[in-house]
Amino acid sequence: MEDIIERLPEMLIGAVTTVELTLLALAFGICLAVPAALARTSRRWWMRVVPYAYIFVFRGSPLLVQMFLLYYGLSQFEWIRSSTLWPILKQPYWCAVIAFALNTGAYTAEILRGGIQSIPKGEIEAARACGMSPGLMMRRIVLPRAFRIAWPAYGNEVIFMLKGSALASTITLLDITGMARSIIAENYLSLEFFGLAGVLYLLISWVFMRILKIVEVHLSAHLAPAPQVPATSE
Amino acid sequence: MIDLHGFGSQLAIGAAMTVEIALGACALGLVLGLGTAAMRLSGVRMLVGIAKTYTTVIRGIPELLVVLLVYFGSARILTGIAESFGYDDYVELSPFVAGVIALGLTFGAYASEVFRGAFLAVPNGQLEAARALGMSPRQAFRRILLPQVWRIALPGLGNLFLVLLKDTSLVSVAGMEELMRKTSIAVSFTKEPFTFYLVAMAMYLGMTVICTLALHVMERRANLGYRPLSTV
Repeated sequence: MEDIIERLPEMLIGAVTTVELTLLALAFGICLAVPAALARTSRRWWMRVVPYAYIFVFRGSPLLVQMFLLYYGLSQFEWIRSSTLWPILKQPYWCAVIAFALNTGAYTAEILRGGIQSIPKGEIEAARACGMSPGLMMRRIVLPRAFRIAWPAYGNEVIFMLKGSALASTITLLDITGMARSIIAENYLSLEFFGLAGVLYLLISWVFMRILKIVEVHLSAHLAPAPQVPATSE
Repeated sequence: MIDLHGFGSQLAIGAAMTVEIALGACALGLVLGLGTAAMRLSGVRMLVGIAKTYTTVIRGIPELLVVLLVYFGSARILTGIAESFGYDDYVELSPFVAGVIALGLTFGAYASEVFRGAFLAVPNGQLEAARALGMSPRQAFRRILLPQVWRIALPGLGNLFLVLLKDTSLVSVAGMEELMRKTSIAVSFTKEPFTFYLVAMAMYLGMTVICTLALHVMERRANLGYRPLSTV
């Protein structure tokens, strides 16, 4: 117990890294997912090919391979090591963020595609009938609707990304898992510190789920039942 | 073609190991999932509590942490147990067993939810009818419930298996010599990380495609009774 209290600050620093990695990956992932999902639902086949391949590769292979390919793999090429991007690509932190973002972007794109495709056809026709240009329709009708429909599924993806961020510990980053592993390497208290790490993850995922739920209620406020007048007061 | 410097056969052995772990964990996970789903539906408060805690905890912590916890944590517990029997040596699970247990635990927690949904999707009237025909609860479970649960749960379980197949790469962290670990070994000899990790990625993609096709066939079989009737 004393060991845990003494090392708790370090574990909390790890927790900050975990949250940071997750949020950065999610933010970049959304930026990738929106264009990918839109192109994936295009009517032109050559627009669908690239996002299809991207989604297929990143959903079909393990995140660990993707991260290793980026972190260890890129150094194989001389021209990458001498490029201007190398200062970023040689850091494990940014490699992890990029790999996570590419991965979650692929999953999110697929979730968004589901959202886009389940928008009732009449709404799209109505937007066209109102004379909206395709761009305006995307911005005002398609994307907001798709996000609302896809939100619960996206919530799952957020939790998966949080859990996936533990892989950063395999490329020397000190997130919750990495911190626990380095502490255990000193004192051999594997059960205690992996257990503590688990508790921290549970807490963070609980907080994330609360936030997701609040946003969901906010997004679908128009669907909520009208406030009931209590039948009997007191 | 890509030059693998003679590591091709090693990668193939690794891939076979990956499939073995996935199948082992899947078998364990199906049993755990079915068991905990039954516990949650039993209505007995303590069983419901245990099953709920299991699914919530496992689904809330990273798979990598479960692997590490089972692999390194179990060594501590097992050594402790062995000591109490007067056997003072370091005892640990083999990486294979630890990997199967860890991934099976994860698979089971998600499968539990899939099974629960499937059980609830079978109309209650069918069970009542079975009981009215004089089947015992066990017979009704085996003859009426289980075959339908399989059909309804199959797509969900299929997705879980694809996730599991990719999660097997995590066991490499515990030293299990599956595809990922074999690839890392090849990389340390040849100093060609990009080539080898790319090959590993392609092999995982290949396995995913094969599994997707196999699942498709299984779903078609399970749904034989539901295909549209041909109008002659």
